[in-house]
Amino acid sequence: MSSNAAIAIRSKGFAKTLRKDRWWLYPALVLFGLTSFLVYGFWSAWQADFYWYSAGQEGFGGYLAPFYSPLLFIKEGVEGAAPMAHAIFGSWPEGWPSWLPPSPSLLILAVPGIFRFTCYYYRKAYYRAFTGTPPACAVGALPRNRKSGYKGETGLMLVQNIHRITMYFALMYIIVFFYDAYLSFFRAGELGLGVGSILLLGNPILLTCYTFGCHSIRHLVSGSRDCYSCSMNGKIAHKNGKIVGWLNQRHELFAWLSLIWIVVADFYIRMVSMGYITDLNTWV
Amino acid sequence: MATRKFQIYKGDHKNGELVNFETEVNEGMVVLDVVLKIQAELANDLAVRWNCKAGKCGSCSVEINGKPKLSCMTRMNQYGPDETITITPLKTFPVIKDIVTDVSWNYTQNKRIKPVKLAPEAKTDKGYVMYQEDVGRVQEFRKCIECYLCQNVCHILRDHDKKDEFIGPRFMIRVASLEMHPLDIVDRIPELKKEFGSGMCNVTRCCTEVCPEDINITDNGIIPLKERVIDRFYDPVTILSRKIFGKRKKKLPPIKP
Repeated sequence: MSSNAAIAIRSKGFAKTLRKDRWWLYPALVLFGLTSFLVYGFWSAWQADFYWYSAGQEGFGGYLAPFYSPLLFIKEGVEGAAPMAHAIFGSWPEGWPSWLPPSPSLLILAVPGIFRFTCYYYRKAYYRAFTGTPPACAVGALPRNRKSGYKGETGLMLVQNIHRITMYFALMYIIVFFYDAYLSFFRAGELGLGVGSILLLGNPILLTCYTFGCHSIRHLVSGSRDCYSCSMNGKIAHKNGKIVGWLNQRHELFAWLSLIWIVVADFYIRMVSMGYITDLNTWV
Repeated sequence: MATRKFQIYKGDHKNGELVNFETEVNEGMVVLDVVLKIQAELANDLAVRWNCKAGKCGSCSVEINGKPKLSCMTRMNQYGPDETITITPLKTFPVIKDIVTDVSWNYTQNKRIKPVKLAPEAKTDKGYVMYQEDVGRVQEFRKCIECYLCQNVCHILRDHDKKDEFIGPRFMIRVASLEMHPLDIVDRIPELKKEFGSGMCNVTRCCTEVCPEDINITDNGIIPLKERVIDRFYDPVTILSRKIFGKRKKKLPPIKP
């Protein structure tokens, strides 16, 4: 190499690196995975129909697509909609903008969406894959050309600090999803089992593993303490902290597993509700 | 024995070149062995910093094929037999000569951190009973050998050159080791947010990836500190709780019987 190597080895610019390995693989996989999830999620939420399946039977039980849970309001007369009894606040509100589909999903997606968006794991994933800050370790970050330059999470991205608040709400969703799983083991009041039941039970289990491995929960459970042996509460916190810590070490794993599972469960119930897939179950 | 190809940076901060070398490599050699062999046989003026050759002094940090590594802990057999191995100085710091960089900026950062102040009984004959669970977290951070690979790979310092706004991962875990210490009674959270730039870190975990001591810098050090900042400044529940019940007094371990 010529004598300008001093400049070359210090040169800055997007994706500039001397690395020879496949550093681009991780951001490429994340880009594909998260984009696929976003496309499916918005498509599913926009549909506003075929989110419920109970084989046309009334009474307690049925499958509710997880992207539509909890059901705050239900629009009557929509194909594949849940019975009105499942709506927390009743029928669809008047005055809903005509350009927006009357989808219960649009009302509830924000909280889990923001919870995942502000998650400490997903931040790593999308900062690398989408914003290139940096795309991989020792690989040139996308330059910030404005006067202030790179601001990290101090400027606009100060919003990341609401992760703790969304975590409080995300815990409520887990309870709702476990209720949906319970509901899925019944059809017209009769106890049974179907493929949909297994999918809807796996969903809250994986979400629990993901949510309880959250760094914010780890902080509240045990991380905020400096001394565990100082009180009985500290000793309990230390024991609980071990469980949360185990989940926290696998946060990335559960982040992806729960993300993929919820898409599979939602898609399956949509397909069953539309009649494209026949649900294998014990009720037939 | 096999002949292997190397490119090593030779020069100073302003001018330099990647010089090609070929030398015999024996089984079991690490990159530092080869560099020292080249220095002895082919380039006597090659500047190399090293000391313990056991991964404990943190002196021999360089970039090997673009990756920040300790050259004494990087085995040659992890590279393909025909692969040319490029050895360059740490990108984030000024080059003194060849692959030796000036890391003194880091020492000035260390001085900015308030030193430990122990609880009153710690210095008396009584002292406190210390349990493993209370010091386990801090012990992880104390493994740091100050090789500054994490400081080098951190894109805030490396690409965005924000040395005046972010103290860097090494010193974030030094703050963490003091903040989480059961006997330390100093509050460093306000300056952590305002001066040390905890908000600048976007938790992309490169510091953790390159750490030769396998310290989980991001998950166990930086993120818990960010959570403490959130406790103090952003979480309405904990802020309200402090307003109603008052500031939680630091509990200390039991005094020795």
